[in-house]
Amino acid sequence: MAVQTVATTTDSADTVDLGPASALACRECGERFALGPIFACEACFGPLEVAYDLPSGDPEDLRKRIESGPENIWRYAPLLPVPADVASKPNLNPGFTKLVQADNLARELGVTGGLWVKDDSGNPTHSFKDRVVAQAIEAARAFGFTTLSCSSTGNLAGAVGAAAARAGFRSCVFIPHDLEQGKVVMAAVYGGELVGIEGNYDDVNRFCSELIGDPAGEGWGFVNVNLRPYYAEGSKTLAYEICEQLGWRLPDQIVIPIASGSQLTKIDKGLQELVKLGLVEDRPYKIFGAQAEGCSPVSAAFKAGHDVVRPQKPDTIAKSLAIGNPADGPYVLDICRRTGGAVEDVTDEEIVDAIKLLARTEGIFTETAGGTTLGVARKLIEAGVIDPSLTTVVVNTGDGLKTLDAVAPTTGMSAVIRPNLDSFREAGLA
Amino acid sequence: MSVNVRIPTILRTYTGGQAEVPAEGATLAEVIADLEKNHTGIAARVLDDQGKLRRFVNVYVNDDDVRFEQGLETATPHGAGVSIIPAVAGG
Repeated sequence: MAVQTVATTTDSADTVDLGPASALACRECGERFALGPIFACEACFGPLEVAYDLPSGDPEDLRKRIESGPENIWRYAPLLPVPADVASKPNLNPGFTKLVQADNLARELGVTGGLWVKDDSGNPTHSFKDRVVAQAIEAARAFGFTTLSCSSTGNLAGAVGAAAARAGFRSCVFIPHDLEQGKVVMAAVYGGELVGIEGNYDDVNRFCSELIGDPAGEGWGFVNVNLRPYYAEGSKTLAYEICEQLGWRLPDQIVIPIASGSQLTKIDKGLQELVKLGLVEDRPYKIFGAQAEGCSPVSAAFKAGHDVVRPQKPDTIAKSLAIGNPADGPYVLDICRRTGGAVEDVTDEEIVDAIKLLARTEGIFTETAGGTTLGVARKLIEAGVIDPSLTTVVVNTGDGLKTLDAVAPTTGMSAVIRPNLDSFREAGLA
Repeated sequence: MSVNVRIPTILRTYTGGQAEVPAEGATLAEVIADLEKNHTGIAARVLDDQGKLRRFVNVYVNDDDVRFEQGLETATPHGAGVSIIPAVAGG
């Protein structure tokens, strides 16, 4: 297929240095385009994704190069759409978060093959979004944007605000007006503009997609719209880290939350790349997707055997997963079916129970998205769909401090006592 | 019925660069057929080989996603705004 030249804010696409990224390719029809701030295929509207000239040669050399790199996502720079000197530029340096061996949780769930939690609450703004924004920032620099923007369910707004502040960009981000207070404060504190939209996330997303085609949005880099092909690649680093932290091996089973579905598809892409590069042994793995019952369009399609995802109007406490019209839903279905995994959903009550379970067993306070993921893992283990005798990784994408509202009604002080020992004993606490 | 159709950037090669164009029709299907008359080739970008909306295209009549309404048979009242938007954003 011919490589088309697209208009960019630089003089020529040839001047764009995004490391091993060589082109954009349509995931639907395969049409290829020069690297640029575009996200949908001109031929079929399909999503564009980054194609690479990945390193060739001895896998052992590449492994050593990665292991001697910085303890953040830039150790994987040879596999990402970023310039080689990315680590020297001002950014939040996210990643290389803990892979927690969750033995207490494993005992509780009856898992004998090993259970790990990839805890991305340890990122600079306490969610996995720092990974994807770090890629988008490099693309924004390459294409000459000076304003960063996004549609967000909260976590992304904070990640964009923080990264823009560090990197010297203006930011103006859009969120549903009724988000959790923690996420609003965390998005606003970095000094950029934060705009509440009267509607749900899908309304916000639609607004941003229209703004991008309007003169009012000219020169803006929307990390999850016109920079989305680059942005999405950041989720591959979750796959790289999980495998490296497991001793350069694939997990047997991995449970991932689904909002747009991008993260799940890119974790799969990352795992496949490691196999192709010879960095891990090629063996089967299963991918499981997690949704909240109140926003479960992908789970519903999976269970019904459909290839098409019918949009829903979200109604769940898991607001960071409340995307009723998930852009990558069809690909999530393909991947979960191809690998022998599944997509499942849990109720809001099960989400809260799972948040408390993880906190009680492992000392990790996850947000509602993580509660959804663990809740689904538990449900699938109990149903015999996830094999407890195999290695399993559950991805925790964010920090519970951002969604205190979800657990506050059922979590609090055990007792209020007077400051003396008699009162302590009377309360039955001795 | 006359409506205004907002055209996404990637389809503006068919509309001479215009971001908004008028079209006639009582339903979305009729509006797209009218667009095709004046901007040849645009319908094949929005509809697949079976004549259905492509899966990565979202269309709104005023503020309503037509997938929650009657799809291509969604009514397009006089003066309505129709927006065609790539669906691969967000997340």
